[in-house]
Amino acid sequence: MDGQAILARLRERAGNGVLETHDFRGDSTAVVTRESILDLLTFCRDDAALEFDLLVDITAVDNLKFPGREDGPRFEVVYHLYSTVQNHRVRLKVRVEEDDAHVPTASVLWPIANWLEREVWDMFGVRFDGHPDLRRLLLYEEFIGHPLRKDYPIERRQPLIGPKV
Amino acid sequence: MAERTTRELFLGEGGTGGNEHLHVNLGPAHPAMHGIIRIFAELDGETIVKADVEIGYLHRAFEKDCEVGPYNNAIPYTDRLNYVSPLINNFGYASAVEKLLGIEITERCAYIRVIMSEISRICDHLTCVGASAMELGAFTVFLYMIKAREFLWELVEDVTGARLTISYGRVGGVKADLPEGFDPKVRKAFVEVRQVLKEVHLLVTGNRIFMDRMVGIGALSRRDTIAWGITGPLLRAAGVAYDVRRAQPYWAYDRVEFEVPVGKNGDNFDRYLVRMAEMEQSMRIVEQALDTIPGGAINVDSEGKPIDPASYVDRGKQGKTEGLLLVPITLSPNLEGQGRAAQGRVNVHDKRVMLPPKENTYGSIEGLMNHFMLVMDGYGIRPPAGEAYVPVEGANGELGFYVVSDGTDRPYRVRCRPPCLPPVAAIPRMIEGQMVADVIPTFGSVNMIGGELDR
Repeated sequence: MDGQAILARLRERAGNGVLETHDFRGDSTAVVTRESILDLLTFCRDDAALEFDLLVDITAVDNLKFPGREDGPRFEVVYHLYSTVQNHRVRLKVRVEEDDAHVPTASVLWPIANWLEREVWDMFGVRFDGHPDLRRLLLYEEFIGHPLRKDYPIERRQPLIGPKV
Repeated sequence: MAERTTRELFLGEGGTGGNEHLHVNLGPAHPAMHGIIRIFAELDGETIVKADVEIGYLHRAFEKDCEVGPYNNAIPYTDRLNYVSPLINNFGYASAVEKLLGIEITERCAYIRVIMSEISRICDHLTCVGASAMELGAFTVFLYMIKAREFLWELVEDVTGARLTISYGRVGGVKADLPEGFDPKVRKAFVEVRQVLKEVHLLVTGNRIFMDRMVGIGALSRRDTIAWGITGPLLRAAGVAYDVRRAQPYWAYDRVEFEVPVGKNGDNFDRYLVRMAEMEQSMRIVEQALDTIPGGAINVDSEGKPIDPASYVDRGKQGKTEGLLLVPITLSPNLEGQGRAAQGRVNVHDKRVMLPPKENTYGSIEGLMNHFMLVMDGYGIRPPAGEAYVPVEGANGELGFYVVSDGTDRPYRVRCRPPCLPPVAAIPRMIEGQMVADVIPTFGSVNMIGGELDR
């Protein structure tokens, strides 16, 4: 399916759940609400016309310093999906506020979401509801803060955790 | 208190032994681990009941670092992602920024990227297969394959000037054109590589010890492999012919012929076979690309003798500027391949993106201004605000770069989708229920690369 058809199908399914769509440089993108994301991901995976069987990536973007988006929701959780059968791609995005930064987990749909969500939690501090094991992935448990947030200064050093004296 | 027997010491007071599971750490520093990673395994006898993988020991904030510098400054960081095939990372990142900018690279550049990516892919597979064979006791295979890789790294060195930290890709092109006499050198190196592959096939494919350790070990079904987000040789070994080069061709991959080898069982042995077959296909691609690369051999346009840069600058100062921009200059050997002729052939003709040829930078005020406009803080390459995701076929699978631009000269966000993270996440799934010794070939076939896994 081409990008427009995919987005139309998503709109058809979710109605008001799809907030906006664009295909900048040919990447079909749908911004959806948090309430509808799990349903849409399930739909993407199981629908016979879409068949997005491969969850390529989950990541996030911190909009704190993005010109024009400073006042909007702070985080965007970004899902990239690919279909090995139909050979097409789509990008889904969910926007969440800083003091309400949680989205439902996709690990019930794809086991790989487990690690990808752990990385997003580690780097951005976005929680995933219902995640079976939401630990940090790349950093250590005692690390304070979430380094890919825009308000985390790149020069900040934290002592590595050594043996207890 | 009675003295404890050795048995009690190890199994606990009154230990009858046998029922308790043993917890064992494999790694973080283990000779058979290809990077620093910890597998925490729960054993029942020699069988792994449960395993947990801990990564992050090599985390060095790649994505954060990319955000603080201009677009081209991230290129050296991408070298250090997959350090066995750094060229693919370079080009993948550059492609993502080009997509943001909406520019097309030149035909010759597309071919150069294909050639260099495929050479890198062979290096990567040679390292992976060689190292896993060594861990199973086939040390000869490792030596042969590293010898073959050496021939290929010499080619890489010829083109980029470095062996590992090559930094050869640029947004809008590559650093320099291919060197003179590159074509015959490649063909000569491939003769050696083919010889090595033949010898390795004779040594281990069908070898009893090797087969016993590989066949049916670490297998993942087709369904599981997809659910775990695994791409690349591991997915193809499970029978899914998904290859980004074929499914969504980029650069010049739609103009070369190659096969996508697939396996059937998704076990370590099929992964080995897929990698061996892919190396042959990669060589095929390089040979076709060398045959058809536009621009052909490098012929420097020398109407009038080349002059040295100092006298060139003098002429400019004396005001003898007529036709000066067309006069060829002898460049320092460091800048070989970056002259006007080579740049015009290879790189995008877009002043917003590419540094001007060195003759222009040193020889004319326009060139100098163009150069400064690209390297000064706050100027440089400024893609329009937006986002782009570009997948390329890395040696381990789909290597994706998701770049978000806010319209300034620095990337707002760079996300690297590491191809070896999903298989590493699936390691517990592959090894649970198998023997401790089977961890080694399975881990070898996953081909974990610490640099790109931990970023």
